[in-house]
Amino acid sequence: MTTLRPMTGARAPGSGSEPAISLRGVVKRFGALTAVAGLDLEVPTGSCLGLLGPNGAGKSTTMRLLTAQAIPDAGTISVLGYEVPGQSKQARAEMGVVPQQDNLDEELTARENLEVFAQLYRIPRRSRRAAVDAALERAFLTERQSTRVDRLSGGMRRRLLIARGLVHDPRLVLLDEPTVGLDPQVRAQLWGLIDGLRSAGTTVLMSTHYIEEAERLADSCALMSHGRVIASGSPAELVAEHAGARVTEHYGPPARLAEVEELARTAGLPTRRTGPSVSVLKAETMPPSLTAELGPDGVSRAASLEDVFVVLTGERVE
Amino acid sequence: MIETAALGGIWRHEFALFKRYYLSQTFAALVEPTFMLLAFGYGFGSLVAVVGHYRYLDFVATGVVGVAALFTSVFPGMFNTYIRRSFQHTYDAILATPVDVPELVAGEVLWIAAKSGIYSCTPLVVAMGFGLRPSPGMLLVPFITFTTALGFGLFGMYTSAIVPSINSFDYVITGVVTPLFLIAGTFFPLASLPAWARTAAEFNPLFHCVELVRHAVFGLQPRTDLVHLSALLLFAALMWLIAVRTLRKRLID
Repeated sequence: MTTLRPMTGARAPGSGSEPAISLRGVVKRFGALTAVAGLDLEVPTGSCLGLLGPNGAGKSTTMRLLTAQAIPDAGTISVLGYEVPGQSKQARAEMGVVPQQDNLDEELTARENLEVFAQLYRIPRRSRRAAVDAALERAFLTERQSTRVDRLSGGMRRRLLIARGLVHDPRLVLLDEPTVGLDPQVRAQLWGLIDGLRSAGTTVLMSTHYIEEAERLADSCALMSHGRVIASGSPAELVAEHAGARVTEHYGPPARLAEVEELARTAGLPTRRTGPSVSVLKAETMPPSLTAELGPDGVSRAASLEDVFVVLTGERVE
Repeated sequence: MIETAALGGIWRHEFALFKRYYLSQTFAALVEPTFMLLAFGYGFGSLVAVVGHYRYLDFVATGVVGVAALFTSVFPGMFNTYIRRSFQHTYDAILATPVDVPELVAGEVLWIAAKSGIYSCTPLVVAMGFGLRPSPGMLLVPFITFTTALGFGLFGMYTSAIVPSINSFDYVITGVVTPLFLIAGTFFPLASLPAWARTAAEFNPLFHCVELVRHAVFGLQPRTDLVHLSALLLFAALMWLIAVRTLRKRLID
């Protein structure tokens, strides 16, 4: 399974294959608000990049910049070798977009929704039917193809939304928060679908704020905050660099938590609040003196991408 | 540049939706002029038998064609465009495919105008049941109503991009659409109005539509009609420019 993934970290630079997406110094302002602030990002062809970041980090704006539904104030964007926004129409013809917000046509059936987009994506008339059939199958909706969208369940709608963005077999897929607000079962099902894409060699750019989603699906991750990429690498690399191998969680009243934070910081170890506890990251590097000072009440666990996320993007949510 | 492939995609969407509402629209298109002709033709017509050299019922029947062309283009332009942009986000989905804003606007308004062009002829069909005599010029009417609907459809789409909320359409309907449909020689001749109102009517595209329809049905007046047609085309061209501009601002960040 993992052997099918081209590891982006292992890819030799200048190996001849152009990146599917490349952004350089991209800036996008909305009045006084700078949503994207000098973004540099590259997605190698055939890989899955997870764009992580809290709400308001600029992930959705980045997605809209790639389809020229937002025009940058500065910087250059290239998608599948096309310069965007100048040649965005060619780029859009070869990519699929799955928006965060469900914008299916509720009055139409599942099949009709796909038929409309098969034509919007200019699939030749003679292959349209086969493309729609394949998309229905991929979304496990063949049985429900004649059902109006407003009578489909939330999970079915999301599968249809994804299938709609894939109906023309795009070389690149943009997934904006593909599983937000869904049951764990539905989420797992969609992960299977997305993993299948990557195995087939499609380039995927997926924004998410679900850490587990990025860990399971992405070859590499870019962590966004305030319109910039503040860290990037494979999930394992990010965890090793910013959270270490082990984490110790200490529980206690507020005063105790503050004390643990103080002690860890003095020793140069990053910490984060985890609800009722404080997590001390990079615990494997803890000097024995600190271990003794902190006491034996710590619960040890493996470091996670979530630790990286919180440490790098801050504990306070704006 | 506007590609026919993009328009084809927009029309595929419209056609899929049309299958859901064609019965109700056809019902309205046939029954509405029937009521209008009954009320105005018989009710009002008992007071006024003749307007100029037209039988009053014939005058109203051709006027109602213009009203239909206005209503069946300006309202879809306003409401469908607003709902699809703001509530359903359909346009966001379409603009992520190889379709640009001018193509989206063109596809939508050509559909609105084609539908309106055809449906606006129903009052003539109904009026034949009330004694309107068929004439070969009637075959020109769908082209006149199509051209009219282009302008009004685009006007509706333009207003959909400037209103702050769907409720603000009240200003457009009462403030603009109502005077347009009343002061256009639809139900009464403009000759009975004060001079300023007659001058104002010259700037009402619907007036030019109604004149053209009447002339097509009862006898063309080539020189005047060329002016009326130019006015309709100019109106559509102006509306195209402002509709594309404002909608682009709303749809592209």
